[in-house]
Amino acid sequence: MSTDKMFGEYGGQFVPESLMPAIEELTDAYERYVLDNEAGFVDEFQRRLADFGGRPLPLQHAESLSERYDTEVYLKREDLLHGGAHKLNNALGQVLLAKYMGKERIVAETGAGQHGTATAMAAAHLDMPCEIYMGETDIRRQRPNVFRMKINGAEITPVTTGRGTLKEAISETMRDWATTVETTHYVIGSVVGPAPFPRMVRDFQAVISEEAREQVQEKTGRLPDAVLACAGGGSNTMGAFHHFVDDEDVDLYAVEAGGSSLDVDEEAGVAPNSASLSTGEEGVLHGARTKLLQDSHGQIMESHSVSAGLDYAGVGPELAHLVDEDRVDAVNVDDDSALEAFHRLSQDEGVIPALETAHAFGYLEEHHDELGDLVIVNVSGRGDKDLETVLEETEKRDLDVAPDMSVLRAAAGSGGDL
Amino acid sequence: MSLERVFADEPAFVPYVAAGDPTYEESLEYVEALERGGADVIELGLPFSEPIAEGSTIQEAVVRSLEGGMTPDRYFEFVEDLDVAVPLVCMTYYNLIAQYTHPETGETGPRAFARRADEVGIEGFVVVDLPAEEAEPLRAACDEFGQDLVFIIAPTTKGERLERMQENVSGYVYVQARLGVTGARDDVSDQTEESLARVDDWDVPKAVGFGIKTGEHAERIVSAGADGIIVGSALVDIIAEGADPEVDQPFAETAQRLESKARELKEGALAGAERAAAERSD
Repeated sequence: MSTDKMFGEYGGQFVPESLMPAIEELTDAYERYVLDNEAGFVDEFQRRLADFGGRPLPLQHAESLSERYDTEVYLKREDLLHGGAHKLNNALGQVLLAKYMGKERIVAETGAGQHGTATAMAAAHLDMPCEIYMGETDIRRQRPNVFRMKINGAEITPVTTGRGTLKEAISETMRDWATTVETTHYVIGSVVGPAPFPRMVRDFQAVISEEAREQVQEKTGRLPDAVLACAGGGSNTMGAFHHFVDDEDVDLYAVEAGGSSLDVDEEAGVAPNSASLSTGEEGVLHGARTKLLQDSHGQIMESHSVSAGLDYAGVGPELAHLVDEDRVDAVNVDDDSALEAFHRLSQDEGVIPALETAHAFGYLEEHHDELGDLVIVNVSGRGDKDLETVLEETEKRDLDVAPDMSVLRAAAGSGGDL
Repeated sequence: MSLERVFADEPAFVPYVAAGDPTYEESLEYVEALERGGADVIELGLPFSEPIAEGSTIQEAVVRSLEGGMTPDRYFEFVEDLDVAVPLVCMTYYNLIAQYTHPETGETGPRAFARRADEVGIEGFVVVDLPAEEAEPLRAACDEFGQDLVFIIAPTTKGERLERMQENVSGYVYVQARLGVTGARDDVSDQTEESLARVDDWDVPKAVGFGIKTGEHAERIVSAGADGIIVGSALVDIIAEGADPEVDQPFAETAQRLESKARELKEGALAGAERAAAERSD
């Protein structure tokens, strides 16, 4: 086994045989085009990231938060990337790579819809037909992104198996890929899956930390004490961390979804969180050995997060490895803290973050005393897609920081449904 | 003794069902019915919660079995409770093997799994998401306990991968008749002959699966050169109908239908062998 398929003991290629030739073909394409810039792939990718994507993106000094925490807080504004989330970095890279490989069709899965939206946009931009698999639960809670995907010309296929979230959507997309592998490229949406996906997706996302590292030195003359990023599968996390990994004085915090509790109900096969780095065990899922939420028999558990984008039972193998090596701290905050942080950032900074991102700000609120004098938080995406969920979940709770929404209730006329 | 023996004299019929589908007790009856119908080897599924290579028929069988409380240890108990003489192959996904803890030794992983499987009489494994590149730990355990490790050859498998798998495979090679996931089809794939040609010089029996539904399909596949046929979804469809509360079919009737279907498939395979022999003698 070649070591470059692995991150320590994590990674590998655990897929049905029908997919292995496609994975070998992809590995070859990744090495030629992405690593060796054959045919000017990297130049075209960077040009399109700039012209279509809007890069570079700002590293914003967050004045209110800096005052609140008596710590200099900087925001890496991936929410300003075209489409509203860091996901376009990877989707554009993979759709372009698929074009270079001569593929004719794109499939992808999506949880929160951000990856699906980014893939649909990239496919429209590069004139490739695109089909997106999405759990029906997620279709309900992420309607705005479903509209956007459809408007960009993508086919949306609802996945009704299991609980209808990201885990099921990934399995269904793998089934499609196994059927159409000769003409189709599967744009995996995070640093997960069989090699070379985790490394390749990380490379496409590493532009985040490459820019942030330069920008923070330009603005402050130094490196940060800490970088915070939310972690579901881990693509914005690895993107935000990659160019800081060798800077041993920079602490890296992967903030997972603690959900409603860190306890699990093994009997029911349910984890009320999505904290696979913090609470999971090593196992094999969707093509890689990594940390998973699983029961003692190895069956995969249903996960939970108020944020659809973090609601996944696995995590990228490189991130699992960096946590084992004590290079990354795996931490988590619960649904309530994430919702509070969502409102606080919206009110204090005028930035409406994705609920995924809000987890990183929840951790900042709870632990700012321990993070040093200069902190970068990766704003992985914007929160427009989450507004309906936020309204619904805020109504269920007694959050001090939440705004009074009675004006909406009055407008609804009945005092009932918003 | 290798599973090759069952392919020696005549084409083998290799049915697949998920253990515990729809219930533990009914499933015991169904597996035994398949043997009565002419099964030569039974691929007995150990259900995994994320069956990415399966179509809807087997995926739903997996859900029924898991909801009935199937676990790896319960699976081994199931095998002990079965009253069948034909060899059994465990078909599953790798995470269940990687996580397995032997109840007596406390050992974890492929060796523990293979050991427990050996204790209950399982003779081989098909691990759907374990390509030859990742198979070394299980291959070593199989060698230690005298079990076969069966690999699936897909229509996309070519070149060096074929050679690597030829070196690793034992018992029989599972020739996937078409791209995609499992599921009964109304026609057999014309890729079959091409797929068989690629493994023609392998010295293990070639069993073709994916999409075989009828005795006529079985006949065509065997006459095209297969040493055996693997049938899952067409059988699981019968179990699913029996499990449907709206159908209200006594399970003895479902068992009878399975036995009949098995007989049809086995007879189709035998007819295919006769046809091939006749064509050779022409």
